[in-house]
Amino acid sequence: MRVFRYPAPPSSAITPHALWLSRRNMLAAAAGAGLTGMIMPPRPAGAADLAAHPGALSGTGLKPTPLRDVTHYNNFYEFGLEKTDPAERSGAFHPRPWTVQVDGMVAKPRTYDIDALLTRPLEERIYRMRCVEAWSMVIPWIGFALRDLLAEVEPLGSAKYVAFESVVRPSEMPGQGGVLPVLDWPYVEGLRLDEAMHPLTILAVGLYGQTLPNQNGAPIRLVVPWKYGFKGIKSIVRIRLTDRQPRTSWNLRASDEYGFYANVNPAVDHPRWSQASERPIGAGGGFFGAARQPTLPFNGYGEQVAGLYAGMDLRRDF
Amino acid sequence: MAARHARPAGLIRLALYGFGLLPAAVSFVLGATDRLGADPVNTFERTLGLWALRFLILSLCVTPLRDMTGINVLRYRRALGLLAFWYALFHLSAYVALDQGFDLHTLLADVTERPFIILGMVAFTILAALAATSNGWSIRRLGRRWKVLHRLAYAAAICAAIHFILSFKVIRAETLLYGGVVAGLLAFRVWRALSRRAKPPPA
Repeated sequence: MRVFRYPAPPSSAITPHALWLSRRNMLAAAAGAGLTGMIMPPRPAGAADLAAHPGALSGTGLKPTPLRDVTHYNNFYEFGLEKTDPAERSGAFHPRPWTVQVDGMVAKPRTYDIDALLTRPLEERIYRMRCVEAWSMVIPWIGFALRDLLAEVEPLGSAKYVAFESVVRPSEMPGQGGVLPVLDWPYVEGLRLDEAMHPLTILAVGLYGQTLPNQNGAPIRLVVPWKYGFKGIKSIVRIRLTDRQPRTSWNLRASDEYGFYANVNPAVDHPRWSQASERPIGAGGGFFGAARQPTLPFNGYGEQVAGLYAGMDLRRDF
Repeated sequence: MAARHARPAGLIRLALYGFGLLPAAVSFVLGATDRLGADPVNTFERTLGLWALRFLILSLCVTPLRDMTGINVLRYRRALGLLAFWYALFHLSAYVALDQGFDLHTLLADVTERPFIILGMVAFTILAALAATSNGWSIRRLGRRWKVLHRLAYAAAICAAIHFILSFKVIRAETLLYGGVVAGLLAFRVWRALSRRAKPPPA
C-alpha cells in the first residue's frame, strides 16, 4: 500500500504572515475592481471623469435610465438615422480643441474654450427627457445654468431670443454627408430669452459622472427638460442673442409637426401619433417590462415653467 | 393528377410558411426575454410591419416573374399573400396590445384622425378581405369578381408603402426603395393591361 506524503516546503519558502495578509488585500481589491467593471458598462471612448455637486433642481424620485441605454439609444442625425448609429459612428469625432462663440446682441461677446468651461462649478441635474417620438429617459446630466453664461456676456435690452448652432464636420460626422436630404446643416435651435434664462435650462458637459460621450453631443449641449428632446441641440459651437425668433431645424423640415416652442404637451398630438403617453426606455424585462406611462404637461416641470407661457394658446404655439 | 403534384409543392408550401413565420417567432422570443434592444416593443412592431410589406411585395412579383422569365411559382402565391396578412395581423396586434395597451381612446383617435394610421388600417382591411377569400370555394363562388377583388392587393401595397415611409421622421433610402418597388410593380401591371388591350387576341 502506497503512503501519500505531503510535500513539505522548507521553512525559508514560507511567506511571512504580514506579507500574506497584504496579498489577500490586493486580491480582494482586484476582485472588487473586476466586479465594478461588470456592473458599470465600459466607459464610452474619450469620456473622462467629471466632478459635480448634486444640483438642488434635480428631480426627486427619478430612477436614471441605465448608462448603456443613455449612450446607445440616441437620435443624433449627424451620425446617422438609426438609434444605434451615434454610438457606432461617432468614434472619429474630435471634441477637442473646441470653442463656443457667444455673440450677437450682447455687451461683451466672448469665445469660451471648452476646458475653461469644465473648470466652472458644475452641478448634477437628474432630468426627465421626453423625445417627440413618444419615448422617454431619465438622465443625470452634469452642467451649469445657461443663465450664468449669458449673464457674463451681458445681453442687450434689445435681445429677445437666443439662437444656437451645431458643428458641421462631414468628415467626422457621416450623417452630414448623405445623398438624401435629412436636415439642413448646421443643426440650429432657439429659445426665447426668458426660457434661456430659466434656472432649469442648462448647458450640459457631462452625464453619469463623465464628460459627454460623442454620441450624446460632446463636448457641450443644451438641455431644456420641459421641451421635446430635439430642442436640446448638441455639439454647440455658437450661441447668438437676437431680436428675431431663430429658425430651428425640425421646424424648417416640417413646420406642421415641430413647432418653435416644442413644449412637452400630452394634449397636442403629433399629426402621426399621440403624445398622451410615452414608452420608458431601458426599463428592462422586454415586452412585459414597463408599460407606457402618461406624459405630463411640460414633462412634469409645469410648476416651474408654466408661468413663462401665461396667456399663450399652446395649441397654436406648439 | 392533383395527388401526383401535391407532395413536392405541398412540402415547399409548408417550408414557406415555416421559414416565413421564423422572423416573427425569433423576434417575439427575443423581445419577451429582453434581448430586442432598448425599445423592444417598437422594434418588434417595425419588424412585423416590414415583413408584412415584404411578403405582400413578393406575392405581387409572381405574375411579372412568369411574364418576364417564364418561371411559374403561381402555386405559392396564396402562401405569400397569407403570410403578408398574418404579419399585418401580428403588427396590428402588437400595436394595439403591447404598445398602446388597449388604450381605446388613443386607438380611436388614431383610426379617425391620423392619415398615417388610416393608411395602415386600409392596407390591413384589404389584406383581411383577401385572406378570407383565399380558398377554392371563394374562387368558385366569386367567379370573375374574385380577380377584380384580388387586384386590391396593389392598393394594399401602395397604402402599406406610404405607411412605411411615414413611420419615420425623415425620408429614408430604405423606405423609398420599398416604395419604388411597389410603384414599379404597379407600372408593370398597368403597362401589361394596356398593351393587351391595344393588341386584341385573334378571334
